[in-house]
Amino acid sequence: MTAKNPGILSHPVTRSALLHSGVIVLLAWLFQVLPEYHSGNLARIMVLAVYAMGYNVLFGYTGLLSLGHALFFAAGMYGLGLSMYWLDASPAPSMLAGLISALVVSGVVGALALRTTGVAFMIVTLMFAQAGFLTILLFGEYTRGDEGFVLPQADRVLFGLDLTQPANRYGGALILFTICLGLVAWLVQSRFGKTLIAIRENEERARMLGYDVQRHKWLAVVVSGTLSGASGAAYALLFGYAGATFATVQYSIFPLLWVLLGGAGTTLGPLIGTLFMFYLIDISSQFTSAYLLIASVILILLTLFAPHGLAGVVRKRLIPWLP
Amino acid sequence: MDFGPHLFLAMLEGTITAAVLALTAVGLSIVFGVMRVVNVAHGEFFMLGAVIAWWVTTLLGGHPALGFVVALIVAPLLTGLIAATADRIVLRRINYDPERTIVATIGLLYVIQQATLMTFGPEARPVEAPFNQRIALPWFEYGIDGFMLIWPWGLGTTTYKLAVIVAAVVILLALWVLMTRTRIGLIMRATQLDREMAIAHAIPVDRVYALVFALGAGLAALGGVLVVPIQQAHYLMGGDPLLLSFIVVIIGGLGSVVGTVVAAILIGMSDGIISVFFSPTLAKILATLFVAFVLVFRPQGLFGQRPS
Repeated sequence: MTAKNPGILSHPVTRSALLHSGVIVLLAWLFQVLPEYHSGNLARIMVLAVYAMGYNVLFGYTGLLSLGHALFFAAGMYGLGLSMYWLDASPAPSMLAGLISALVVSGVVGALALRTTGVAFMIVTLMFAQAGFLTILLFGEYTRGDEGFVLPQADRVLFGLDLTQPANRYGGALILFTICLGLVAWLVQSRFGKTLIAIRENEERARMLGYDVQRHKWLAVVVSGTLSGASGAAYALLFGYAGATFATVQYSIFPLLWVLLGGAGTTLGPLIGTLFMFYLIDISSQFTSAYLLIASVILILLTLFAPHGLAGVVRKRLIPWLP
Repeated sequence: MDFGPHLFLAMLEGTITAAVLALTAVGLSIVFGVMRVVNVAHGEFFMLGAVIAWWVTTLLGGHPALGFVVALIVAPLLTGLIAATADRIVLRRINYDPERTIVATIGLLYVIQQATLMTFGPEARPVEAPFNQRIALPWFEYGIDGFMLIWPWGLGTTTYKLAVIVAAVVILLALWVLMTRTRIGLIMRATQLDREMAIAHAIPVDRVYALVFALGAGLAALGGVLVVPIQQAHYLMGGDPLLLSFIVVIIGGLGSVVGTVVAAILIGMSDGIISVFFSPTLAKILATLFVAFVLVFRPQGLFGQRPS
């Protein structure tokens, strides 16, 4: 496995760039060959994978387990949705509104929740997300609560491209995915990302070495929350719907599940996990309405037998340099 | 005669909420205290209690009291057995690692919930109370003729609801005796204080953990059985008790049983009163935010001691 292979190809940054570009090209190629049903699914998976990647920045790289990421997803979703629905804003500024609302919400929640650690951190994030979900219900007059609201097809036109067309929708999802994957891949190779990993491995040691642990963790929450918000906003824009279901505890648990399944602390793990889970639910729901049962049994089996996920297994057995 | 009697009624309803909540939350608190495990599936044990009560009463038929008494015994035992099995095949294997335990109990939550959905179905099903006489509540008022008793004034409660309060108090007292006056309680407290030392004194910690997990689940199931004649059995009914139990356990100080009971009364009463006079959603928002801020600024809970 450790073949000495001098040259540019063995440099980790180059290898990571090549691998990620390969994945993007593969995804672009898949649109050409897949039937419409599956390419539609894949567009959804790419958007949700961005959510999982955001979650992974905090959970996989920084070692902080949040149970409240649905709050950030919903902040992005409603930031975009409400500005388009009530203010008649066009998609580009609405997207910005979604990102900013996720940024602000994660900034505030991060500053408060990071005063706690471990189990308390999980519960505090869970409680904030629950309060957020209930707030959406409380203002049902504007948010339409559980029922949600549909963004009219005519409004979903970004830079002249009608995002309700399958090809444009797929393209939009792929562009978002590419930007976020590039960002995360760069981030984890940067000094900042390495510091986060140091915090995950040993917080005390990182602190002793002079890193401002608290500030790094807060930035990780903000980056993670904003990526989740970007996913939420894009989901509302591309699929034309925003509802309170996306703010429930279940949607906080999904990214955890995807990341665990795919492999925490790997750049491609979130995509693998989301893809796997999506099709698992898709296939199992043909047999039973209790598809969550299957998902939860897998979750338990994973915690028991493969705590490092699918990409973790690949990294251990096949490609030790997997970023 | 407007605000006062309604407040009185709200407080009575609040006391019933508090009684059931205290049972459920004490179960969560014991599990956390002894095992240091955050059991996210706790609400589902509550739901199992209610669902098993429905099964038992339906299977037995006859007088509702008969089925109910059998359910009071069978439901906690069966739920405890399920919990002990889960502890043995899942939690013990991951060595009670805090984060993996949370993930595993999230999985357990959905397994129990979805298995109930597949067998019990999505309907809400009622269980008849063993006895259910209406009582009109008296109200005293100081009027022009001096002190007078107004009875009946329109609203009332039922004997069953009062019995729930009594039953909860009796169960909590029995638990207190179990924890402080018996050998098994001593062993549990020893394990809570120092796990390593307990092992060194040949206490079978594995078995104590399984027992504590079963006991916690059994208490939640008892809460479920008691509540089912008032509120129907439904496969999603575990969500609210879970959230409220978390709130109560955190405000009471994690692992402190007395603090948990006090907090249950506080939260049950305020939930009852705020829900009657304001929006129930607002009541829940305030409670969840309150908990978040308690954890952030006073992590030992309102009644807990700061670790020295």
